[in-house]
Amino acid sequence: MKINQKEIILEIDHLEKQYEERKILNQVSLQVKKGEVIVILGPSGCGKSTLLRCVNGLEEIQGGLVSFNGWNVHDNKNKIYEVRQKIGMVFQSYELFPHLTILQNVMLGPTKVQHRNKEEVKKEAIQLLERVGLSEKVNAYPRQLSGGQRQRVAIVRALCMKPEIMLLDEITAALDPEMVREVLDVVLELAKQGITMVIVTHEMAFAKAIADRIVFMDEGVILEETTPEQFFSNPSTDRARRFLSGFSYEKVKEEEKVAI
Amino acid sequence: MDLNVIQQYIPLYVEAAILTVRLAFFGILGATVVGLMCSLIQYYHFPILHRFVNGYVELSRNTPLLIQLFFLYFGLPKIGIVMQSETCAIVGLIFLGGSYMTEAFRSGFEAIPKIQEESGLCIGLKKWQVIIYILLPQAFLVSLPAFLANVIFLIKETSVFSVVALADLMYVAKDLIGLYYETEEALFLLVVSYLIILLPISILFTLVERRLKHVAIGN
Amino acid sequence: MWQSAIDVLFQGRNAIRLLEGLWVTIRIALISIALSILLGMLFGFLMKSERRLVRFLCKIYLEFIRIMPQLVLLFLVYFGLARTLQLNLSGESASILVFTLWGTAEMGDLFRGALESIPKHQYESGMALGFTNRQLYVQVILPQTIRRLLPQAMNLVTRMIKTTSLVVLIGVVEVVKVGQQIIEATRLTTPGTALVVYSVIFFLYFMICYPITRIAKRLEQSVEGGS
Repeated sequence: MKINQKEIILEIDHLEKQYEERKILNQVSLQVKKGEVIVILGPSGCGKSTLLRCVNGLEEIQGGLVSFNGWNVHDNKNKIYEVRQKIGMVFQSYELFPHLTILQNVMLGPTKVQHRNKEEVKKEAIQLLERVGLSEKVNAYPRQLSGGQRQRVAIVRALCMKPEIMLLDEITAALDPEMVREVLDVVLELAKQGITMVIVTHEMAFAKAIADRIVFMDEGVILEETTPEQFFSNPSTDRARRFLSGFSYEKVKEEEKVAI
Repeated sequence: MDLNVIQQYIPLYVEAAILTVRLAFFGILGATVVGLMCSLIQYYHFPILHRFVNGYVELSRNTPLLIQLFFLYFGLPKIGIVMQSETCAIVGLIFLGGSYMTEAFRSGFEAIPKIQEESGLCIGLKKWQVIIYILLPQAFLVSLPAFLANVIFLIKETSVFSVVALADLMYVAKDLIGLYYETEEALFLLVVSYLIILLPISILFTLVERRLKHVAIGN
Repeated sequence: MWQSAIDVLFQGRNAIRLLEGLWVTIRIALISIALSILLGMLFGFLMKSERRLVRFLCKIYLEFIRIMPQLVLLFLVYFGLARTLQLNLSGESASILVFTLWGTAEMGDLFRGALESIPKHQYESGMALGFTNRQLYVQVILPQTIRRLLPQAMNLVTRMIKTTSLVVLIGVVEVVKVGQQIIEATRLTTPGTALVVYSVIFFLYFMICYPITRIAKRLEQSVEGGS
């Protein structure tokens, strides 16, 4: 595969995370190469969101190492602000800043953190918003947008920082079904442009389409790491098989219905 | 009621009202600053400091301003801390108002989901930048009704300032009643003075609050 | 010097006199609070009257009481009523009257707010179960109203207790006045008394109000947790 020759930009090595006695992440190791799209699957509570939060230092860790471009994320408190500029993260609940307009939301990071030229950033922000079909909402406030629109803004807000990797944490889980598509189309577009992404999702069809690699987790451990074709047609663990079967339903047959 | 008497006393009341407004202004300003600092200390749960803040808030909220002023004005000089009347009144109002403002701002901060702070951090903002650009504007909007209510409450509380020998509205009224028996005129002017100070503020605040409800923020 | 100042507290009947003074304060507060709760409920229903004029008058009353400093109200009743109605109210009666007028307005507004905060579907699901109007209120609405009202009502109670400190300014002999008498009597011999006495009064108020505030806070949390 072509990505094999590319450099590794994110390396997670034997990561340990626990709340009090409970182990959330247990010896998790994962490497992400430039341009790669990794989808993390697993039942809720398996630690996949926590893993993403550890990557940009939102959670403290108890053991192991997260290194981004060779920097140890959890090592240096001041460095973390620099690291976070290069890591874009989008949450399930969008988390736009409600007191700022769409444009201000997008421009806040580039102007206040990266101290880039205001006009330049504005031009770029408007361009990006145009690309996700929101050019008319530039001066609107988040509350005036639908969930799908807000999530697209959240993606743009992260993109405008010119990140080297994007972390997407169940970005469609809070959306109405008809809005899921508009958001996922944006993400597919990003994948085509070769943006490195680590995605946590419950949308199986989407995962299958976008992933270069599928990582399957349960109870804080990575159980499988394989291609989407392999994972969806022939998973190697029982746990994954059961997980996948949870997404299909058997037709209720007429003869099984009990007469009342 | 004698209109001539009223006319004659108006300047006294104007002077007293100006004093009330001036002291209230500085007291409220100070209380706001104290409240902001204390609520941030509580929000970030600074070790040790937040215990002091909690203790201060309880002491201040559970005692009357009148007693606080007596303590400051008559008690503290006995251990060498002497304050002028005006200073004493302002310090008293800050001591009282600080805790009310703390509670107002704290509920504002608490209303912001933790993940807002995190998404600020995610775009690389430093902690102080998160406070300035993300937390404060949102907290302020949420706390505004409580803040405005506190402002009116604190202006009303200034009515006890006469006990630290300040010639405020109550002092003037009591003087006229006690010395000249012009009770009706004195009370009439007293009520009118407080209405002139408080009514416009109260109406303005109601309008602001109503507007705020329309732009109720929600993500 | 401080030892002697503290000793002053325990000389003669000084400590008992202070407590007696405190009782005057508490008595005024208790009577006003009790009356305010009763009248406040009535006022709360009155504020929800069908008639616009009644609602309007209630609103005027509430807003006037709210906007005036309590000390101004005390002056109006104590000096004003005495003069215009030739009614010679004692300081204590005037205080009770004022605190009741004030408490009724505030309590009524709290009661109205609590009634209105009960969601409409609570009424509807009560009716759907076949309750009569009376049953609906007694079984469903009032218990919830009171639960919501209680924390705020208790906060109002502490506010009223704190505000009773003002009655010294219209000549009621209560805890502050007694304190001032003690200070005055020992002004030349032990000047430190002022600090000690005002500290004691400060903490007396604190010890009365703090537990009520705590309970109110706990109730508030349980209401929030419950709904």
